[in-house]
Amino acid sequence: MDQGTHRRSYRRHFIIVSILVAIVAVISIVGLWAVPEFPSASTQAITVNWLFDLHLAVIGFLFALVMVFMLYILFVFRRRAGEEGDGDHFEGNTKLEIIWTVIPLIVVLSFGVIGAVTLRDVTAAQENEMTVNVTAFSFGWQFDYPEQGVEKATTLKLPVGRPVHFKLKSLDQDVIHSFYVAEFRVKQDLVPGVPTELRVTPNVEGAYRVRCNELCGTGHTNMLADVTVVSQADFDAWVAEQKAAVSPERLAAMGQELHASQGCIACHNVTGEPGGVGPTWKGLYGSERQFADGTSGVADEEYLRTSILASQERLVAGYAAVMPQNYADVLSDQQVAALIEYIKTLK
Amino acid sequence: MRVLKLGLVQGVFGGILGWLFGFALVIGSRLLLGLPAQWNPNLTGLAAYEPAVVVAGIFFVVGFMIGVGAVSDWLKWARGIDTPFNHGARIPGTSELARYFNVDYSHKVIGIQYAITGVLLLGVGGTLAMIFRLQLAQPELNFVPPDVFNTMISAHGMIMIGGILLGVGGMSNYLVPLMIGANDMAFPRLNAFAYWINVPGALLLCVAMVIGGWNTGWTGYPPLSAQAPLGVQYFFLGVFFIGLSSILGSLNIIVTTMTMRSPGMSLFRMPVFVWSAFATAIIQLTATQFIGLSFLMVLVQRILGMGFFDPGGPVWSEVDKWAGGGNPILFQHMFWFYSHPAVYLFVLPGLGIISELLPVFARKPLFGYKWIAMSSMAIALVGFLVWAHHMFVSGMSNYLRVPFMMSTLLVAVPTGVKFFSWLGTLWGGRIEFKTPMLFALGAISVFLIGGLTGPPLGTVATDLNLTDTYYVVGHFHATMFGGFIFPFLAALYYWFPKATGRMYNERLGQLHFWLMTPAFWVMSLGQIFVGMHGMRRRIATYEVGLDIGTAQMMVTIAGFVIFISVLIMMFNLFVLARRGQRAGANPWRSRGLEWQVPSPMPEMTYAATPVVVGEPYDYGKPGSIYVQFAPAAPALHTGASITGGD
Repeated sequence: MDQGTHRRSYRRHFIIVSILVAIVAVISIVGLWAVPEFPSASTQAITVNWLFDLHLAVIGFLFALVMVFMLYILFVFRRRAGEEGDGDHFEGNTKLEIIWTVIPLIVVLSFGVIGAVTLRDVTAAQENEMTVNVTAFSFGWQFDYPEQGVEKATTLKLPVGRPVHFKLKSLDQDVIHSFYVAEFRVKQDLVPGVPTELRVTPNVEGAYRVRCNELCGTGHTNMLADVTVVSQADFDAWVAEQKAAVSPERLAAMGQELHASQGCIACHNVTGEPGGVGPTWKGLYGSERQFADGTSGVADEEYLRTSILASQERLVAGYAAVMPQNYADVLSDQQVAALIEYIKTLK
Repeated sequence: MRVLKLGLVQGVFGGILGWLFGFALVIGSRLLLGLPAQWNPNLTGLAAYEPAVVVAGIFFVVGFMIGVGAVSDWLKWARGIDTPFNHGARIPGTSELARYFNVDYSHKVIGIQYAITGVLLLGVGGTLAMIFRLQLAQPELNFVPPDVFNTMISAHGMIMIGGILLGVGGMSNYLVPLMIGANDMAFPRLNAFAYWINVPGALLLCVAMVIGGWNTGWTGYPPLSAQAPLGVQYFFLGVFFIGLSSILGSLNIIVTTMTMRSPGMSLFRMPVFVWSAFATAIIQLTATQFIGLSFLMVLVQRILGMGFFDPGGPVWSEVDKWAGGGNPILFQHMFWFYSHPAVYLFVLPGLGIISELLPVFARKPLFGYKWIAMSSMAIALVGFLVWAHHMFVSGMSNYLRVPFMMSTLLVAVPTGVKFFSWLGTLWGGRIEFKTPMLFALGAISVFLIGGLTGPPLGTVATDLNLTDTYYVVGHFHATMFGGFIFPFLAALYYWFPKATGRMYNERLGQLHFWLMTPAFWVMSLGQIFVGMHGMRRRIATYEVGLDIGTAQMMVTIAGFVIFISVLIMMFNLFVLARRGQRAGANPWRSRGLEWQVPSPMPEMTYAATPVVVGEPYDYGKPGSIYVQFAPAAPALHTGASITGGD
């Protein structure tokens, strides 16, 4: 074949293959978009999904471009039976090389800009954020809600529509974990010694899961915690329920029972009558105390705790050191807190 | 008795002696001080003697290298003893096969030693994958306990990487001297040393699995690796010594390429594989130190208490950030500063093989030779600037994510140049579908999956979702198979007749291809799909509720099909081909230098100096000659001039 016939047949092949590429590109883009998506449940997920769909469009196009082109060439320019000899001789085309360097360069730089903007969107601080402190340890999760006063929850409850600012940490001497709720589409590592953060605005009510996403040892596979996104009203009810267990009122009631059941009442009255073996509890909280060693101080929570667990450290002037020193073993932290709450109510 | 004389056997023997010496050295010095032999009385077995075990591991390698004879000539030099350069059987009268189990200075022997050891390691790693993929075939299976599972995936990762590094070493050591018309490498003894140190390194990696295993993945992030079982120490040591091999081997490749090319072979007349091997060597020479060092730092953190990556106790505060000592994220920076460029050093030689084979089987010049050569250099260069994209969720500074995203996306440009140039090479050819060509084409299709799934991991927002899920597993395996495994198989089939003088069975080769390629597509797409449906990376099992059991089953089945197809290749190359047809000097009608000498090649490949007088890929140009042999030998015609144009 002479050069002229080649050019003509090349042009014909090029037109055919371009049409095929276009058809297959449309089919593969539509096909990729039609693949069922994992459920998503946050406003950040909307951005992430959007960017991913944009990627899918480029992937679909490039897939068609390379594969259709290649398969077409392999078919058209295959060596036929009995055919000898070499292919056409051309060594390259600088114009083409520049085109397929510059166009991809423009595309990837555009993706870089889009990538930066979407990153800004998914990490941006929102108004009216609710803080949740997340603590990871091998192999579990703990959630604290400082704003609501809920501590050490083992499941993550979130009100729908309210932006959440997760403050993440891994316990000291622990290992790296990663906080990932697939429906939220974002994740963040928790690193011992390095506080990290993540922002999520859940927008669909439902039940999901936190799954540790960084290999952390034996229990990594099962390092899960339930997540439920609920209405604001349900969330408030949940908070109330959580706090009910540890609310000051409940604690104080528990403390009153302990005062009797643990025998405190034998030495400490709550009526304010003088002459007891130990000081009365009435009006005790916030009062000025004179100690046996000549110093003085205010009866705050810290003082009360010390007095329960190690009373002789701050013995009040005029009383004998007869109180048992074993309450650290006898009473739980919550029981100590309950007694303190009870004392605080005795004004 | 003759077996006992083999270098490999003596090396293992020396290694065991070295191990015992190292162990005794440490324990002995403790006992001298009046300390108990055990460091940690709470642990049982070897774990209680961790520092002694580590030192013993180092002496194991030393003992092995002395035993195998890799340092004998240097020791003789030190004593002023003459060491003739032995090219040929080490001991006259021993079989040709024995050369492969001894220290041998021929780059062709060393190249095959590399390749076979690489295939063995890939086999071990692949077998591990078969076992844990069985567990992942269905949800909530648990016949592999979590700790064993973690050890297996960690070992799978690093043993496969070791296998790839050795495979790369095999291709570079075998092919670079052949392609540039040299009879050997610049430093043959260093070459042998660099190969042999892989063997104790690989043994340490395998032993690591049985002395407690380790649960860190191949990435070995502290603090987990600082707390992992004893096996992690031999994992560190194994990687360290295999890395040392990379550094020494790449030095050799660079010097050989720069100084030993045939007369007339300007840089732009080198076969394009040499360019990619050269780019690879630059990465290996300059980046490998970082993984070696990062692993060494965790190693000494464990046994010497140096807290490089230990954030310490409850001391963190805004004012006094690192009072506890170290920073776990620092490790990740050091680790990925090697391990990202490493990915490019795994794939660049493979992409070079594709570029090398397409012109031969399409009977056409390589389209845009200089662009392809320079794109390898560009990938090598840009590859150094992207490491932190592995750390988008690690807790490093937020703003750093944008520049690293930009540099990462840039990698797409030179990679695209390769794809488009390959298409240009095929266009207008007379394409012949022999097994090596099929694997080169399969490589393009598979590398395309790997390439196209990359950008969503490059842009941060989508990476926040995808990172550390099975999507990454899919992406990575596609790049490794497309960039290394498929081209490596193509190279094995392609140069097999040159190395052995025999032809493999073409039909079985085609069967291998047609089993493996569709299976790989299914496996890869399946991995990507489950990754986007809640399947995390590195978990021993998954919940029924994720509803990905069917896809997982397909991934597992496809994996087994790949495994079986590779066994077919082994049978083809190592059993059937022994009685295969004689191949002749140039069965592929290639223009390359090595195809102009007989198969198998003589001990000194080029008795007469080859002189390069033309372009390497001038297929289809009547009368074009690439190489002439000077002076007495008659000018051997190249493929193109034998067959003529059309």
